[in-house]
Amino acid sequence: MPFLENRFERNVLVTTVDYVFNWARESSLWPLTFGLACCAIEMIAASASRFDIARFGAEVFRPSPRQSDLMIVAGTVTLKMAPVLKRLYDQMPEPKWVIAMGSCASVGGPFNTYAVLQGVDKIVPVDVYVSGCPPRPENLFYGLLKLQEKIDRMTTLARRPTQVRLDESMLENFKRNIRIAQTQPA
Amino acid sequence: MLSRVLEQNSPAAELVAWDPEAVLDGKLDRGEVTLFIAPARIAAVCGFLKERGFTRLSSITAVDWYPAEPRFEVVYHLHNMRDNRRLRLKCRLSEGESIPSVTGVWRGADWYEREVWDLFGIRFENHPDLRRILLPEDWTDHPLRKDYPVHGRRYDYVREGGE
Repeated sequence: MPFLENRFERNVLVTTVDYVFNWARESSLWPLTFGLACCAIEMIAASASRFDIARFGAEVFRPSPRQSDLMIVAGTVTLKMAPVLKRLYDQMPEPKWVIAMGSCASVGGPFNTYAVLQGVDKIVPVDVYVSGCPPRPENLFYGLLKLQEKIDRMTTLARRPTQVRLDESMLENFKRNIRIAQTQPA
Repeated sequence: MLSRVLEQNSPAAELVAWDPEAVLDGKLDRGEVTLFIAPARIAAVCGFLKERGFTRLSSITAVDWYPAEPRFEVVYHLHNMRDNRRLRLKCRLSEGESIPSVTGVWRGADWYEREVWDLFGIRFENHPDLRRILLPEDWTDHPLRKDYPVHGRRYDYVREGGE
C-alpha cells in the first residue's frame, strides 16, 4: 500500500484508553467555586497571578456544580451548610473528586461545637486532605498534585484485580506457621 | 440608684414620669444608662422612647444567667441619632416566660427577636413570624443556653437520602 507507507512513523502514538482518559482528566480539573471561610481567601490567592493555579490546569472555577468535577471544600462546614454541600456534590457529574482544604473541612478544626460538621468526609467521599489553618497556596497545590497522581492510577474501562504484594519473608513465616500447626498433636 | 440616673438622663426621667411602674431599676456605669423595664410594658416603653427621639433600634440580644433566677435578661440598645445618645433597656425573664414583641415599634426588630428565640428560646408575643433564623429548621434546642452542652447533641449525619 504505497499510500500508507511511512505515514505512521511520526503521527501514531500507541497508548491505552485509560492513560488518555486520565491524562485528560487530571490536566484539566474544573473546581467548583466553594469558599466557606478563611481557607477560601487562600484558595482565591492560589487562583490569582502570584501563585497561579493555572500552572496545574485547574484554573477554571465554575459557579455551577454541573460544570465542575472537583470540589475544593475551603472552610468550616456548619450543620446548616452540610445539606447544601451534599446537594452540590450530588449535582456534580461523574467523575468527580473532593479536596478537603484545611483542618476545618478535614476534621472540624478548632470548632468542636454543636454547630460545626466534624469533617466533610462524614457526608461526601474525600480524595485528598490538605492540612493547615489555613493552608498556604503551595500547600493546596501539593494536594492538587497528589490528586492528579491519584487520577493517574484510575482505571476506566478495565478494572484490574487488586495486586497484593507478598515478600519472601512473609511466605516463609506463613509456611512455618502451617508446619507448626501440623506437627502439633490434635 | 435610680434617682442619680434620673437626674443625669432626661429621657429616663420622662419615662418614669410617664409610667412609674414600667421602670423597675436603673444604673449609670461609665456614662452608659441602663434601665430595667417590666417585661409586660416593654413594647409601650419602646413606643414612647421612639417618639422622644430614640428612633433607631441598635440591637436586641439576651443573656442567660443560669443558675441565677430569673435566668434570662433581654437587652435592647436604643440610639438617638439626632443627639447621638444611647440607652440600654433590660428585661428579666424566668424560664418559660414570654415578652411582647417590639416589631410594632421597629419593623427591624423582626430578625433580632427571631435570633433570640432561636438561640435562647425566649418567646416574643405578637411576633409576625417567630421561627428559627440561624440554625437548621429541624433543630430541637436552644444552644446559647448555659445548660446546653458545648458539643451539642450529635447530629445524625446519614439522614438525607438514607444511605
